[in-house]
Amino acid sequence: MSVSQLFEEAYTGLKSLVVGLGITGKAFCQPQVTVIYPKQEVDNLSSFRGHVELIGKDDDPSVPRCVACGACVKACPSNCLTIQCPVPVKEGDEGKPVVMGPAPQKGSKTPAVVIVDFSLCSLCGQCARACPVDSLQFSDNPYMVRLDRKEFQIDLLARLRRMAAE
Amino acid sequence: MTPDLMSFDHPLTRLVVGLLCVFAFVGLNGLVLVWVERKVAGHVQLRPGPLHVGPYGLLQPIVDAVKLIGKQLAMPAGADKYLYWAAPLLAFAPVTVCFLPLPFDPALAPMRLNTGLVLILAFSGLGVLSLILAGWGSNNKWGLLGAARSVAQSVAYEVPLLLSVMAVALTAGSLDLYEITTQQGAWPWQWYGVKNPLAFFIFLVCAVAETNRAPFDLPEAESELTAGFHTEYSGMGFGLFFLAEYASMIVVSGVAAALFLGGWQGPFLPGILWFLVKVYAILLLMIWMRWTYPRVRFDQLLNLSWKWLTPLALIDLVLVVIVAGFGG
Amino acid sequence: MQAFDPKTLAQDPTSVRFEPGPTEDKLILSMGPQHPSTHGVLRILLELDGEYIVRAEPVLGYVHRMHEWMGQEKTYFQFMPNMGRVDYLHAMAWNWAYAGSVERLAGIEVPERAEYIRVAVTELNRISSHLLWWGAYLLDLGAFTPIMYAFDDREFLLDILQAVTGSRLTYSYFTFGGVYNDVPEDFPKRCLDFVKLLRSRLPMYRDLVTDNVILRGRCEGIGEMDVELARRYGATGPVLRGSGAAVDTRRAEPYSVYPRFDFPIPSYPQGDAMARYMVRMDELETSCSIIEQAVSTMPGGPIAAKAPKTLKPPKGEACYAVEGARGKILVHVRSDGGPKPYRVKLRAPGFSNLSVFAELARGTLLADAVSILGSLDLVIPEIDR
Repeated sequence: MSVSQLFEEAYTGLKSLVVGLGITGKAFCQPQVTVIYPKQEVDNLSSFRGHVELIGKDDDPSVPRCVACGACVKACPSNCLTIQCPVPVKEGDEGKPVVMGPAPQKGSKTPAVVIVDFSLCSLCGQCARACPVDSLQFSDNPYMVRLDRKEFQIDLLARLRRMAAE
Repeated sequence: MTPDLMSFDHPLTRLVVGLLCVFAFVGLNGLVLVWVERKVAGHVQLRPGPLHVGPYGLLQPIVDAVKLIGKQLAMPAGADKYLYWAAPLLAFAPVTVCFLPLPFDPALAPMRLNTGLVLILAFSGLGVLSLILAGWGSNNKWGLLGAARSVAQSVAYEVPLLLSVMAVALTAGSLDLYEITTQQGAWPWQWYGVKNPLAFFIFLVCAVAETNRAPFDLPEAESELTAGFHTEYSGMGFGLFFLAEYASMIVVSGVAAALFLGGWQGPFLPGILWFLVKVYAILLLMIWMRWTYPRVRFDQLLNLSWKWLTPLALIDLVLVVIVAGFGG
Repeated sequence: MQAFDPKTLAQDPTSVRFEPGPTEDKLILSMGPQHPSTHGVLRILLELDGEYIVRAEPVLGYVHRMHEWMGQEKTYFQFMPNMGRVDYLHAMAWNWAYAGSVERLAGIEVPERAEYIRVAVTELNRISSHLLWWGAYLLDLGAFTPIMYAFDDREFLLDILQAVTGSRLTYSYFTFGGVYNDVPEDFPKRCLDFVKLLRSRLPMYRDLVTDNVILRGRCEGIGEMDVELARRYGATGPVLRGSGAAVDTRRAEPYSVYPRFDFPIPSYPQGDAMARYMVRMDELETSCSIIEQAVSTMPGGPIAAKAPKTLKPPKGEACYAVEGARGKILVHVRSDGGPKPYRVKLRAPGFSNLSVFAELARGTLLADAVSILGSLDLVIPEIDR
């Protein structure tokens, strides 16, 4: 390698370093892109896919479309859904307190308890896909910070009633 | 009114007062520099940097320091107790001594030594000892690798650094930083950095390498050696290394300002301000470089020193000797 | 602290190939499972002579999550969300490989619109994977800023994908016979906008990083691998294309609607880290052009074929291979006629690519090993599965 080549290489190398400095220097003067979270919020939450929630009936939004068939419970890969209905009263047991059992139960067309355990959920949407009456959808609730694991047991019926009231 | 250090008659009084001032100066500037570094890094990366503690995040370094002080000092099993704890102290102490011969202002030169440059170079050379002790004493393989790297790096870069400094010292005919500063004028064309740009360039590159800053931060190369020599240090042990790095950055920038940029001299503004402006300009360049470049590899680092900087510095020195010889 | 005993080390099954180190004046160093540049929980046992690597041995299994077993224990539909977790950076390709193999097994026809959507989202995902690799690789080499620029661009992309799929990283968007839901109306426009934005940023990437003399010094001539070696280890994707073989599953074993698109297959003959780097940088442009073609010619129609709610494919087996960001992804499903697969085999490209590392790293410096490891673009969860 001749000396002139060597110096040419050194020159292109140094030039590339100066160009690099120029780019970061330009970025230094540009406005920042950070969204400072508690003070500002991002604007794409509407398409966010949070935990599942129930869809109300068209005529009465506080009552879910759910027919308590239990398809979603079976479809869930992580067993995070719980749907319970009153167990049909056997003969001779009338008057005793109502016992809840996993859906489906004979004679029950609406769920009594719908709970999703968000600490297990992986937001895959298999429950919504399996639902025969389209009663499940993703909420756009990204704020899932809780102090206790138990608080991730979300009562979907209560949530639906609250949403309908608003 | 600026305090006039020269008014203390006895040199010992001057030394003690100077040292105290230096400690305060190092601590304060270290904190400011941490803030500047993080702010520059943030803006370069299109994010705001420290923001929430104090106005513009100005109090962030203080909070960090408090956190570091409050942390437990852990020592790994099998570490050499004395070497392990001596290392951070040894990293910090020599750097503070280096501030003594720095002329901040005609009235603010803590100690005028006719061998001030030699003192600075000698004590900044001591810094590498602390890295060896830290790497060896902490009984950690990453630390050991980092220590080995730091020795080779420091040996390689001290040579061109000395040669480039020598070129300036020859021109000025003195090793006293005060004297060298006064030989330059207030205007850029009177500065040695403009008269002898090659020496200035070599000095800058070597200064970055001497202070273990990116792209030459090999002893602590985070992605290779986890954290190199200070892998095992926690709390203020790490804090002292951190502070020492910033202090030595200020020292080399101060030396560069005094040697090449005319020190405190400049039009209109008071001397101390000019000095600080020049020092911070060099510091900003170093920070800017850190957030731009990838890290060089070890053999490339040594190649750069032995194959480029050392020969160039020698040529520069010879040229300076010739010019000085003819110029009389 | 346990005293260092070479004998017990030799008996350690994870380091069985390592003879006692200290007697040979060698340093045995465990790089990982917690190390900044092993990208997760890969562990590499290094035998060092000074800083030179005498032997390197990857130790796997720290994030082994038994995905293949889960495939046998879950129904066909239930295993789908796992695919987003195998390789979290290119989830769409894994989605596609699994959906494709089950479709082949069950004989489900995919509507044309769904194929176009699949192509578009997979290529978008490939860009996001490459951008993240780019940033992380430079982080390995000690440059802290490029990853922030890459994430800035990636943010636009994730917004597009979020609008389509609802999630930002572990997508579970494909379903047997198509895709889960239709793309929003402004999807083509946003894609084209993004392509324009990325193209305007690529020169900046080149100036800041690719042309940088320090980066070239760290990449050129490092980890050189010829085609023979790459083929022997079964390396695919950019690692193979960086050794000069222009092999791409999208061309070599055409699937879906890829034959309709016109795109080059970048390959570089040098076989070093820089060649692999350049292949990925060129693939950003390739993916851009495929996205442009896909969204501008996207037909109307249904987005998914009718698949039964419980899938019971007939007895038999099927494979489906797609080109992921890291190489050839292959899913092999065997059915015994029941609601669950009899066996699911996942072929992860990263596993083959990593196995070359032991050979490449021999005789290099520690810093080079980091550079080589980064240039292979490893995703550890995919390797361990």
